[in-house]
Amino acid sequence: MIGSEPLKILIAEDNETDRMILERIIREQGYRTVMAKNGKEAIDQFLKEAPSIILMDALMPVVDGFEATQKIRFLAGDDFVPILFLTSLTDDLSLVSCLEAGGDDFISKPYRPVVLAAKIQAYRRMLVMHQTLRHQRDEIARSNEHMLQEQQIAKKVFDNVAHMGCLDAANIKHVLSPMSVFNGDVLIAARKPSGGLVVLLGDFTGHGLPAAIGAMPISEIFYGMAAKGFGIENILREINQKLKMILPVGFFCCASMIDISYAQQRIKLWNGGLPDVLLRQKDGSVKRFESEHLPLGILSVDKFKADCVQHEMRLDDRVYLFSDGIVDIRNEQGKLFGIGHIYTMLSQTGETETLFERLIESAIEYMGPEGHEDDLTLVEVTMEPEQSQFDGSVLAKSSAMPGARDWAFSFEFFNETVRDFNPIPLMLHVTMELPELNAFSSDLYTIFSELISNAVDHGLLGLDSALKTTPNGFQTYYQYRSERLRQLSEPSIQISLRHQPEAEGGLLTIEVKDSGPGFDIETIDGLMPGEGEYSGRGIPLLMTLCETVDYLGNGNTARVCYRWRPLPEDDKKEV
Amino acid sequence: MSITTQVSPSGDLLTIGIQGRFDFSSHQDFRAAYENSEGSISAYQVDMKETSYLDSSALGMLLLLRDYAGGDSAKISIVNCNEDVKKIFTISNFELLFDIQ
Repeated sequence: MIGSEPLKILIAEDNETDRMILERIIREQGYRTVMAKNGKEAIDQFLKEAPSIILMDALMPVVDGFEATQKIRFLAGDDFVPILFLTSLTDDLSLVSCLEAGGDDFISKPYRPVVLAAKIQAYRRMLVMHQTLRHQRDEIARSNEHMLQEQQIAKKVFDNVAHMGCLDAANIKHVLSPMSVFNGDVLIAARKPSGGLVVLLGDFTGHGLPAAIGAMPISEIFYGMAAKGFGIENILREINQKLKMILPVGFFCCASMIDISYAQQRIKLWNGGLPDVLLRQKDGSVKRFESEHLPLGILSVDKFKADCVQHEMRLDDRVYLFSDGIVDIRNEQGKLFGIGHIYTMLSQTGETETLFERLIESAIEYMGPEGHEDDLTLVEVTMEPEQSQFDGSVLAKSSAMPGARDWAFSFEFFNETVRDFNPIPLMLHVTMELPELNAFSSDLYTIFSELISNAVDHGLLGLDSALKTTPNGFQTYYQYRSERLRQLSEPSIQISLRHQPEAEGGLLTIEVKDSGPGFDIETIDGLMPGEGEYSGRGIPLLMTLCETVDYLGNGNTARVCYRWRPLPEDDKKEV
Repeated sequence: MSITTQVSPSGDLLTIGIQGRFDFSSHQDFRAAYENSEGSISAYQVDMKETSYLDSSALGMLLLLRDYAGGDSAKISIVNCNEDVKKIFTISNFELLFDIQ
């Protein structure tokens, strides 16, 4: 460091008189001196004494000044050691050759102390500047390395959290390419207890660490709620509220979320700030679902809207979600790839199995070798047939705890809670206290939701399922439903669950009682329309899943018994 | 990118003009534009006549302005948007938060 210590200056000069004159001048300026009589000594002294500045005679015996300079430059490496040539030569060519040999400047004989002092002072300033720069450069390099290292670790954690779930399912294809170590995009998928999938694609403002941090609570809420059977409206509301709370103003997450039901061959979707979600039907027609909402994390709870769009989605129909990265790709002429381009590609008939791969190839080809500016994320989900009942087993890893085996649980809810509260997640949560039941959560979900919707729609509201078979049926049905729900006076629903262990497995008895007028049990046959009719499938479905289905009292209590056996090891799926 | 400001003769409307790309590099200047404004500003106008492009961090900056100007009660209009810029506002549904013309 150039500190309070006087600078050490090496003087290499073969003429003894000159050497003494220089030494005196320089010492008088307050510097320390080191002497050399030729180039070889200069090199030795440089290694031994590490001088800050060197005054070098050009013409010396043994090794001349030019050669010594080159050697010292090499030895100094990264260090800045100003070398000033001492020369009686005056022609331009000689002076130039001094600089070409690696000298920084030259001082002509005879020596004038004032000029010598000024030059040394000037090089001292350069030395200080050089040291500061180098110090800062090293500092930046160190902290950059440190940051990258931390990001790598954080990325591992992030990847474990944000890109897990069932993205590797056979009917999901996806690509995620990060612009920095971290991807600003979040892509998560989970199986629903009722069979089917929920997928969320989110794109945070900016890239890197801030974006990744926001992704953590999203995935936590997403997986937690999806596994418990919450609908996407509830999940979206919860995520929005959390992001609104933790993100600073100006940070938000554009997102689209889909809920695919295999049983109903239906898709429900929400899009807030991402490019159109595209639904490609088997015949090649493509439906676009535009963003209808503000991104997540902007609106307060009371203003946030989780309204979803529903559409039928048949076997082999495919749905595509994008972040704006792929839409914003520009070719060398600056022209956008655009959603229109993707739309056209998807509309083509022919082979659909490789549509996804062709789309990616086409995007990569379009952008050329320059690469992309934004995170580029794309996911394709294909509709599947309703799956086997064991699919729920992948929801959560069984706990090692034996869990609750012999218990009863009952609760009753009233008035606006009947109208607004969905008890199914709570019921599932209670039954999952017995970890082995995880494998049957799909069955249980279906049973719970059929029982509850029968109790509300038929027991309390007296709605006629036949309504649903008319052309505008579904809409009319749900319109009636919400009107009548509002008009109900003091409704209540009582739910009782009882689990009894058996030698192998157990028996779960579920009773749901509503405060409605009930119905004539004798007409139960009338509630069971033939196969293929969609709306009335509730009770036959219960009958296939449960050992017994009974209506008690005046018909306002439904009781079902569900008997389960542990699954053979082979049927258990790894998470 | 450059940012210009102009206060209306009545002293209550601040117009912020954005030239070129409106992205994260404009962050400091854009913030300074409304924070350093003098007078009793009660409404804001963001003029995008010469704005070629905006990204999501620009949307974030507009949200910051909205927050500064009173959140839900903020009076902010965004004017003279070109087609590309308008499309970005449409996709993100910012019409719900700003008066976009």
